Amino acid sequence: MQPIDGNALAGPLSELFRFDLTETTGECRHCGDTTVLARALVYPDPSGYVVRCSACGDVLLAIVSTEKRTWLDLSGIAGLQIPQ
Amino acid sequence: MVGSWHVGTVVATNTETPTGRSIVFDVPGWTGNLAGQHVDVRLSAPDGYQAVRSYSIASADASERVQLAVDKLPDGEVSPYLVDDLQVGDQVEFRGPLGGWFVWRPTDVGPVQLIAGGSGAVPLVAMARAHAAAQSNEDFRMLYSVREAADAFFASELQSLANEHFALDWIYTRKAPEGAARPAGRITADDLARLALPATSNPLVFVCGPTGFVETVASQLVELGHDPQRVKTERFGGK
Amino acid sequence: MAIISRGFAGRSREHNPELPPGQYLTEDFPVLSAGPTPELDTAEWTFTVQTENGPTKWNWDELHDLGVEDVHTDIHCVTRWSKLGTSWRGIPLDAIFDKVETERDFVMQYSYGGYTTNLPLEDLLDGKAWVVSEFEGEPLDPEHGGPARLLVPHLYFWKSAKWIRGLIMQDNDEPGFWEQNGYNMYGDPWQEQRYW
Repeated sequence: MQPIDGNALAGPLSELFRFDLTETTGECRHCGDTTVLARALVYPDPSGYVVRCSACGDVLLAIVSTEKRTWLDLSGIAGLQIPQ
Repeated sequence: MVGSWHVGTVVATNTETPTGRSIVFDVPGWTGNLAGQHVDVRLSAPDGYQAVRSYSIASADASERVQLAVDKLPDGEVSPYLVDDLQVGDQVEFRGPLGGWFVWRPTDVGPVQLIAGGSGAVPLVAMARAHAAAQSNEDFRMLYSVREAADAFFASELQSLANEHFALDWIYTRKAPEGAARPAGRITADDLARLALPATSNPLVFVCGPTGFVETVASQLVELGHDPQRVKTERFGGK
Repeated sequence: MAIISRGFAGRSREHNPELPPGQYLTEDFPVLSAGPTPELDTAEWTFTVQTENGPTKWNWDELHDLGVEDVHTDIHCVTRWSKLGTSWRGIPLDAIFDKVETERDFVMQYSYGGYTTNLPLEDLLDGKAWVVSEFEGEPLDPEHGGPARLLVPHLYFWKSAKWIRGLIMQDNDEPGFWEQNGYNMYGDPWQEQRYW
């Protein structure tokens, strides 16, 4: 399965954040690469979205949506810069 | 607005290619979108089953009308319905507009290179339309790769936009038209060197299409000297 | 309240009373993954079981020499798709654990590419699991986890790790990749154990 770009997550993330998370810049906790999340690689496994650093391939974030709640794991991101 | 679902009603459909259709929806409450943005479309079946897919928006204005252009995937679940079954009066749900990164605003400064693979042309057509509507003086070039001429979305409209600030070139990968200067074949670095704005102009480059196409073109652009930070991609997945 | 789109039915799906609750039947075999497909050569491929006594490692031929059998079974994906009557060929985990000494009761499967998933050891034994390298009579496609993956059909299919590289014996049931992200630690489709 080929990945798609992070900007494809704008929809699912719009339910969680009041701003467009794909326009934010994130630092990969694994390799330190800093890039706008729209450039990250998204693997849309049916179990959930897995977003990977386009430089090192490590997981930046994972999103699992169920009827009762959405699980959001941001532990692969060391910091987020959110434009004003 | 963003985050909630809006109902859209089909007001017009048009066959664009042997497998593709453009569809205009009336979406009350829609306040418009930027060129390059997409929507999530949700379909619900009577038994509660739902399917959601993302589609780029072909229109880029502030009206309540939204135009999509959909290519039917052979084993698709949603695209065959949108291309073959959807009729005027039918309804779907939209979430959006989405995506603030892969966009071109008429206030953006500098030349722009658009590179489209197949149905990846849709968000780039929105950009070409926005450029024309704003009567922008920024240099726009578009390179559109299709299997053959009949597979191009909005071909005649794009041709009509050509002027001193908008240039359009075609790449035919399977069958070139009679008398075409370039024989059929996949896009190469040579094509980009010949037909795209050079790296020295420092253009903002938008590449959209299937993942394989986008990755090939993006790496060719970097090899030609384009700054990777000036190349924005939208991969559709698939091959 | 979502509106209905006239005439939309979605992918062909049947509600079959023989299926676990909430599942639909499919003829397809969707290919989706949490990461890129690793490129693996069976000449370099190894399978390792790591215990408190050290590792035991097999190469491709050595593992297959433990004995390969046919498996005919149903698989259930947590995303509600079930596929009945799938055919595989592989090495039963019973044959592998015949060669391994451990007191530990829990296992972490780990894959080439970094995927992990956890389960109790007893769910791999007594004819319940295989390392499979063939699907429907052909070598297992890399997109489906080839050259070899785990097959644990009595649990949701995320518990059958693709591109299997080995197993680590654990004292406790530690969560793997999806289990850390809200998925059930056990995953019994018949009890609909999808999430926490």
